[in-house]
Amino acid sequence: MVLPVRKTRKTDVKAEATEARLAPLTLPEGGSWSQGARKSALERLREMQLPGARDEYWRFTKPGPLLEPQVSALPLEEQDPVFDGVEAARIVFTDGRFDAEASDTDALEGVEIERLATAAGADIHWVRDLYGVLEAKDQARVERPFAALNTAFAADGVVIRVTGRAPRPVHLVYRREAEAADVMLHHIVKVEEGAEMTLLETGTGAARINTVLEVDVAKGATFHHVRSQGREHDRLVNTHVYARVAEEGVFKTFTCALNGRLTRNEVMVDMAGDDAVAHIASACLGDGKGFHDDDTVFVTHGAERGESRQVIKKVLRNAATGVFQGKILVQPGAQKTDGYQISQSLLLDEDAQFLAKPELEIYADDVQCSHGSTSGAIDEEGLFYLRSRGVPHDRAVELLVLAFVAEALDEIDDSDLASRLRDRLDGWLSRRR
Amino acid sequence: MDTLDPTDMPDVTDRAKDGVDQDTVDAVAKLSGKYKYGWNTDIEMDYAPKGVNEDIVRLISERNGEPEWMTDWRMQAFARWKELESPDWAMLDVPGIEFQEQYYYARPKSMAVKPKSLDEVDPKLLETYKKLGIPLKEQMILAGVEGAGEAVQDADTAMQGDGERRVAVDAVFDSVSVGTTFKAELAKAGVIFCSISEAIREHPELVKKYLGSVVPQSDNFFATLNSAVFSDGSFVYVPPGVRCPMELSTYFRINAENTGQFERTLIIADKGSYVSYLEGCTAPQRDEAQLHAAVVEIVALEDAEVKYSTVQNWYPGDENGKGGIYNFVTKRADCRGDRSKVMWTQVETGSAITWKYPSCILRGDESQGEFYSIAIANNMQQADTGTKMVHLGKNTRSRIVSKGISAGRAQNTYRGLVSMHPKAKDSRNYTQCDSLLIGDQCGAHTVPYIEVKNNSSRVEHEATTSKVDDDQMFYCQQRGLGEEEAVALIVNGFCKDVLQALPMEFAMEAQSLVAISLEGSVG
Repeated sequence: MVLPVRKTRKTDVKAEATEARLAPLTLPEGGSWSQGARKSALERLREMQLPGARDEYWRFTKPGPLLEPQVSALPLEEQDPVFDGVEAARIVFTDGRFDAEASDTDALEGVEIERLATAAGADIHWVRDLYGVLEAKDQARVERPFAALNTAFAADGVVIRVTGRAPRPVHLVYRREAEAADVMLHHIVKVEEGAEMTLLETGTGAARINTVLEVDVAKGATFHHVRSQGREHDRLVNTHVYARVAEEGVFKTFTCALNGRLTRNEVMVDMAGDDAVAHIASACLGDGKGFHDDDTVFVTHGAERGESRQVIKKVLRNAATGVFQGKILVQPGAQKTDGYQISQSLLLDEDAQFLAKPELEIYADDVQCSHGSTSGAIDEEGLFYLRSRGVPHDRAVELLVLAFVAEALDEIDDSDLASRLRDRLDGWLSRRR
Repeated sequence: MDTLDPTDMPDVTDRAKDGVDQDTVDAVAKLSGKYKYGWNTDIEMDYAPKGVNEDIVRLISERNGEPEWMTDWRMQAFARWKELESPDWAMLDVPGIEFQEQYYYARPKSMAVKPKSLDEVDPKLLETYKKLGIPLKEQMILAGVEGAGEAVQDADTAMQGDGERRVAVDAVFDSVSVGTTFKAELAKAGVIFCSISEAIREHPELVKKYLGSVVPQSDNFFATLNSAVFSDGSFVYVPPGVRCPMELSTYFRINAENTGQFERTLIIADKGSYVSYLEGCTAPQRDEAQLHAAVVEIVALEDAEVKYSTVQNWYPGDENGKGGIYNFVTKRADCRGDRSKVMWTQVETGSAITWKYPSCILRGDESQGEFYSIAIANNMQQADTGTKMVHLGKNTRSRIVSKGISAGRAQNTYRGLVSMHPKAKDSRNYTQCDSLLIGDQCGAHTVPYIEVKNNSSRVEHEATTSKVDDDQMFYCQQRGLGEEEAVALIVNGFCKDVLQALPMEFAMEAQSLVAISLEGSVG
């Protein structure tokens, strides 16, 4: 017996909020497949409605700012993307539009890259089998209306097909020129059997941005995803990463969040094939009133011998709030599953908050699943040790913070990317002393 | 309360000293896996008409001889209940409950006039208590015989000597309390222990002050229904500085068909007092599911300590999920005074559906809450149970140890909340939730909520899910244990942390229950 999935409660208030959010939007033009996919996403959205503050999946993060039909202006700040020195095929989106001039045009061996706008214009395209498909399937488990909104209205994004071992990462750079842009981007990555690639994402991209990334990892394929989200204090971010991992496939994603009024990063992994591997990690440093960072993860084990890891680290101060909602679902028959989840927060001062819901739902008996969650202040003994060896107080705190997030950074296989992120975190900490 | 039939197991206490695990194995061998309390007593009952409405609420209040303020309180709750919807957030598949198809009040006819002597007591009631394993000398009191109490107590003291622990019992049969033992002796110590209906009449000032102060009338759907229609239950008041001289207990028996049981328990531990309270329950085996919606409120004032232990053994339904008790219970303790302490221990083995979250509001500074739980779900049983630890005061401590076991096609969920409020400085919580799966058709789930709103508090949560270890099974079987014995042994080891938190009277029963509940789950 598998228990029925609870749908959220439908209300007139939510229906109204949904229509108000939809009012300024128009469905992008395109070929017949994309029109069909967008229309059915819009139907899905209207049926489930945009979330209300009382919905279970929004109990820790109030969806209000994501529901507003218009966004307020966000002053432009100078950007210093952390992966600028990394050799990669750069694809730049400025205010949500593909920026051909700023993007690399060199071909990348074993990798086909196309704009979503182009693929959506075609009448027939392989991407139709993926666009909105993983998103729609997942809605049956937990309703994620903002992802359906994205499938319906995202006009651009990248469509990537990887057939070999990509020699360099693909780097998606999100730039801003307009102060009050409200952007939706939808990316599709198909990693074919045995192929391998790394996808980087950096930048804020807009005052409010909603992204969906659907990744299909075929048998024996490997996909790495590392992102660093922009650091404007008042930005609003809502991202969705969907992955389907086939037999012996490997999917790894890492997110670094340094600031932001509202960040909601959702990662949904479907371990569809035997012996699949998925690692989800995030490091978040939140500083300042109104800062709110939410990692929502859902890993479904549908096949045997799957291995999944979730490593979530949050450092919070000055009334910042960190949220973690993580779930491991082991379906009947997914024997020999190894599921691990750790979520930890370091609260640097009195006003910081950590809200967590680490969940296990298990329908197979021969499994090893565990989760741990801790929350507390900085370790006084560690601090004393460093101080007694002449390290100034502020530096000692920084070192302990870096040590705390190191476990999440260790989840990144590429040591160059990991050390760049580490330096970035260190620099950010010392600037904010 | 000892529900193991003493004639079956004559030297229970001796063997308890030898070791836990052997006892379990013996119990499995002796009891053949059937629900032991599935029989019913054929007794003439007084029913209120089916269904619930204002008239029924008034009728219950009238039968209990309640003052007007109590009737009004019930009516307010009922008005609120009509606006509420049944909660659906738990991981339970609850068939629609027909609230108008239940009886809300059922009383044995013989209880209409209180029997004066043993000869007058309905022999069927006597038989019921005998079969439930309650000793004969207590039985006289339980059946409501006036004046029998004193004599029995004296006999008791003489027979049992100093070393034995005695237990005072309040027995609830369907909608009414049929008797409370050791009342007089408890009164000597200043402890009030009686049915709640009696407390409403005799101690209105205490009831008025504390009833609904922990679980408000409109707390949740089932608690609100209970506030309107509760028919009886137990009341305890322990005065300042008193250590209650014996364990108190309530025994709930549902007997009548299509009847819901709605009892209300209120325990007040005044400053510096101590009381240990036990609760047990059984019901007959029927095809129709029956509703049990209880409310337990505990108030612990400064330096008071309350231990509340439950062995829940309602009829769980048959292996296809037919019948059984739907157990929707609200239990909450308010650690109102500084340095107060409440400890919940529960062994949940029965009920078709369990929905139960014994909680602690840690309001007083340095107050402590503890929750130890074993939840076993076999066949088609569903359990969604856990606790809430709400830290409001400074330096508060809480500890949660939960062991969930699923077998057959059952679903077992731990759901809990640990909340550290901004003012709960320097508080601590430790949570350990382990789940064990036996067989590949069942489910084990963990849904903890953790809310930390200050940085001087430390919260630690750990959870694991695994199956009965193959190596351990092999080891046991290789030494000659059968498969079921081996599972019982391993499961008892898995539950040890919680079993050790139980009072001796319950630990024995709980161990054998753990084994019995899992019968038929292997092989």
